[in-house]
Parts: sequence; C-alpha cells; structure tokens
Amino acid sequence: MNSRKNSVDRIALPGRRKITDLVVRTLCLVATLLALVPLLSLLQFVIVRGAGGLSWDLLTQLPRPVGEPGGGMANAIVGTLVLVGLASCVGIPLGITTGIYLAEYGHTRTARVVRFSADVLSGVPSIIVGMFVYGLMVVTMKRFSAVAGGVALAILMLPTVARSTEELLKLVPTSLREAALALGVPRWRATLRVVLRTAAPGIATGVMLAVARAAGETAPLLFTALNSRFWPTSLDRPIASLPVQIFTYAISPYEEWHRQAWAAALVLVALVLILNVAARFFVRHRTDAR
Amino acid sequence: MMKATESFVPTAEKGRVVTIAERESAILPAEKIRSVDLRASFGATEVLKGITLPILERQVTAIIGPSGCGKSTFVRCLNRMHETAHRATVAGRVLLDGRDIYRAGIDPVAIRRRVGMVFQKPNPFPTMSIAENVLAGLSLTGERIPHRMELVEKALRQAALWDEVKDILPRSGASLSGGQQQRLCIARALALDPEVLLMDEPCSALDPIATARIEELIHELGDHVTIVIVTHNMQQAGRVADHTAFLYMGELVEYGPTDRVFTRPAEQRTEDYITGRFG
Ligand SMILES: Nc1ncnc2c1ncn2[C@@H]1O[C@H](COP(=O)(O)OP(=O)(O)OP(=O)(O)O)[C@@H](O)[C@H]1O
Ligand SMILES: [Mg+2]
Repeated sequence: MNSRKNSVDRIALPGRRKITDLVVRTLCLVATLLALVPLLSLLQFVIVRGAGGLSWDLLTQLPRPVGEPGGGMANAIVGTLVLVGLASCVGIPLGITTGIYLAEYGHTRTARVVRFSADVLSGVPSIIVGMFVYGLMVVTMKRFSAVAGGVALAILMLPTVARSTEELLKLVPTSLREAALALGVPRWRATLRVVLRTAAPGIATGVMLAVARAAGETAPLLFTALNSRFWPTSLDRPIASLPVQIFTYAISPYEEWHRQAWAAALVLVALVLILNVAARFFVRHRTDAR
Repeated sequence: MMKATESFVPTAEKGRVVTIAERESAILPAEKIRSVDLRASFGATEVLKGITLPILERQVTAIIGPSGCGKSTFVRCLNRMHETAHRATVAGRVLLDGRDIYRAGIDPVAIRRRVGMVFQKPNPFPTMSIAENVLAGLSLTGERIPHRMELVEKALRQAALWDEVKDILPRSGASLSGGQQQRLCIARALALDPEVLLMDEPCSALDPIATARIEELIHELGDHVTIVIVTHNMQQAGRVADHTAFLYMGELVEYGPTDRVFTRPAEQRTEDYITGRFG
C-alpha cells in the first residue's frame, strides 16, 4: 500500500514539479519586469525630454539671466563635482574607518551604539540632515558655503559606507585573519593589509553607490550650499550644483529654463551612471587581476 | 591520571625550569615547551581543564583524541592564538624555553613569530602571489627582506613545493591545488624560521600522496624544528611522532613515547580510543 502510493507519487511528482517550477519562474520574471518598468520609463522620459536641451553651451557656459536665450550650467556641473569631492574626502575615510571599527570590535557595547546610530542615521530624511548642518555651520559661519554642502553630503554617505564596509569585512573568512595573526603580524596590520585588502573590491562598490546617491541629493544642499550663478571661487561661498539648479529651473515659469532643467537631469543621470559603471569596471578589473 | 605522564618524563616536575647543564646531560631531549595546568575557556565553558604536558625539543609530538576534546584549542594556546577568538580566555602557564608566554608584558606577536602555525584548512592569502605568500610574514610586518628570491626558494624547497611552483611564482596562491596550498602555508610559516611549528590536522584536506609528502616533510623538519601535530589519523601519529599525547574531554589522559602509547597504553580510555571503540 505504502510502496504503491510512493510509486504513484514518484510518477506523478515530476509533472507537478515541472508545472510548479514553471509557475514560480514566470511569477519571478513578471515581478522583475514590473520592477524594471518604472526604472526604464524614467530613463526614457529623462532622455526624451532632456536630449532636446543638450548642447555644448549647456556643458560649458554659465547661466544667463531670464530672458536672454542660451547659457548653460557648467558651474553647476563643476559645483556638483566639488561638493561630491568634498563629501568623499570626509565621508569615505570616516565611513571606512567606522566600518573597520564595527567589524573588528563589533561585540562591544560602544560598537552596538555606533551601529545603531548608523542605522538610524541612514533612515533620517536628507532634508533634516540639511537643516542640521544649516544650524551647525551656516548659522555659525553666517553664510551658505560649499563646505557646508560637502559636510551635509558626507553625513548622508557615512552610514552607507560604514555599514557596507562592515558587512564586507565580516565576509572575509576568519581563516585569513588567523593566518596573518599566526605569522606574528600585529592585529591592525592584519586588518589593513589582509582583511581590508581582500574585501577592497566589494567596499569600492559600496562606496561608489554612496557617492552616486550623494551626487543626486537636493534637499540638504538647499540649506547649505544654496546656489550660485558664477564659477565656484572659494569653498566658503555658496556653490551651484546640478540638483539644486534643476530644482530652481524646474519650478520657474520660464520655458527655456524648463528645457535646461531636463537637459541637466539627463547630465546628472549620466554622471551617476558613469560613477556606477566605473565602480563595476574597477571591481571586475581588480577581481580578474588575481 | 597524571602518573602515566610523569613516569615517562623524568625531568618533568610541574613548572620546573630545566637548566642548561641538565639539558645537556639528560638522555631525553630538552623541553622546548611545557604547559602547566593550562586551562582554556570560551566564555563560561572550560574546554581545557588543566593540562600539563611537555613538548620536547626537536621532536615530533602528536596530539590525538576524539573530535571536540580540545586538541585545536590546546595547540592554539601554545602560540597565543586562542585568545584571538571571541570571549576566549586562558589560565595557567605555558613555558617556552622555561619562560611563561602568558606572563605580563609579553607581546603575543613576538611569541607567534617563534611558534609558527599551520591550520587544518589551507589558508593562503588570495590577493597575493605564491612568492608574496611565502614572504607574507615578513612583508606584512613591514620588515625589509634582503634576499627575497633566495628566501622564497629556500622556504619552498623546505616545504617540498619548489619544483612544482618555480615557474609560476607570480600566480595567485589560491590557484594551487589543496595539497600545494597546504605546503605553501607550511613554506610561509617556515620562512620566518620558527623554533616550533604547530600543525593542526595539516593533512585532513589532502589526498594520500599529498599527505605522504607532508609526512616526509615533517620527518625532515623534525631535525631542527620542534613540531606539534594534531591528527585524527592513528597511523599518521605512529608514522611521524616521537611522542604522543591523548586528550579526552579537555584533559590529558596519557602521554609517552608513541610506540609505548600505541602498543601498551597505560589507560583503558587510550586503548579504547586507539582500537576504535569510541571517538
Ligand atoms: N569559537 C568557539 N566558541 C565556543 N566554543 C568553541 C569554539 N571553538 C571550539 N569550541 C568548543 O571547544 C571544544 C574543543 O574544541 P576544539 O576545536 O579544541 O576541539 P578539537 O579537539 O580540535 O576537535 P576536532 O578534532 O573536531 O578539530 C569543543 O567542545 C567546541 O565545542
Ligand atoms: Mg580541531
């Protein structure tokens, strides 16, 4: 009886299994396509609307006053690079060091507090980070500045960099760390030269994602870097940036500015895309080199 | 329980430092290491329950015992690796040349330099080439390495790997076979010219041919390095070890010359284990 039931099952199962397999696979595919729809239509939208406004002037000229045709937002492109550069100089080293601390001393109470703070910080809306830096730097320095904008972006990058560094360091097998320690390598050197080195490609990806995200932030810059119609001259002056420029132009009533805003959006998306692809290329290159 | 131990090691009173004169006159080789009432714990769980065991100089000592009895923990206490694990603590003493390596002010890093270690699973550094792996102990500590290639060749020859890798030295250490990786790890340890080499089941991931090569290697090294080898393989212990210690549930049950432990064990538990009645 039992054996007969088994044999029946054995014949019946493969067919059912195949169907289940097919259904599940189809569902997954549909879900994936659905998830891709917003992304692809967004890209298409930006390309269609932005391509018309793209011009050499846009990339090389300063903005012109309302009514004068032409002009560009070269200063905003430079400004975004400056702001992201500033943020990276602060956020990446600080984030990576924090990640190392969390991975190495993760069991201590201090580390738990730091980890929790990082998680909370990554959930804080970026506009609040902007307000915080406004109170901290803009009010005390009595002016909007590139530095303040960089700091705001750095704060936004920090938790992502720290936590992804921590996770990637934890993925490095203990056996490698032990191998280094057993050779009489001091712990900090083992961490830097073996563990961090082994996790480096992954950490680079995490860092690039954080940088890309920071490059597109608008809200925190409104309170800190503000905007400017001129080339950046000094880090303690307001500075233009692509997101803020897009925001300003998009809410203006002028047709020409709307066109430029769309073109700028395309430039920003391209910039972020380049960062991402560069990160991936860098990682693949490093992994292959082994 | 300790009677068996002490009757076979005349110079082995607890914690006594062996003088040089005694060493030279003794028939038995000098003690390179002696653990004295060594206790090791993970958190609140005591894994080693007071182990007193001599490790004789330029001899091969095998540590045998059922899985989980504390063999790895014991050897990791001999080069202060145990304490690198989470919540791991050590009590008691480990005398290296008569000096306690756990006394205050001792730098564990310096101890690990003198007491090298080879792990159960080969663990070459994947980001380094074969040559860099051999020199890793020196380069990672930032030391200047005067005769790089000579050192690489010497260590790889000692580890019986030179002929197989001499043409592929710039390749990644991870590109070798398991047995080759293990010998690379041995070469890496030997490049530091350690006084003692701890080997924790070095052959468990290897085929019989690679195992034979490593056993041969242990024989050769035994002339100038003190070796402690953990093994699950009784035949292997019989082949390579001068002395054998049997651990059971964190305690030392028996210690003596390998022949004697295997042919005339003093303890019933040793006999049961060796004849395969448990573990
Ligand atoms: N990291 C750890 N945390 C907590 N307990 C541990 C840890 N490592 C080992 N133990 C415990 O310590 C005891 C001894 O472990 P050890 O690794 O020394 O055994 P072993 O004799 O080497 O065993 P095997 O032959 O399987 O390698 C075991 O009971 C194990 O459960
Ligand atoms: Mg073990």
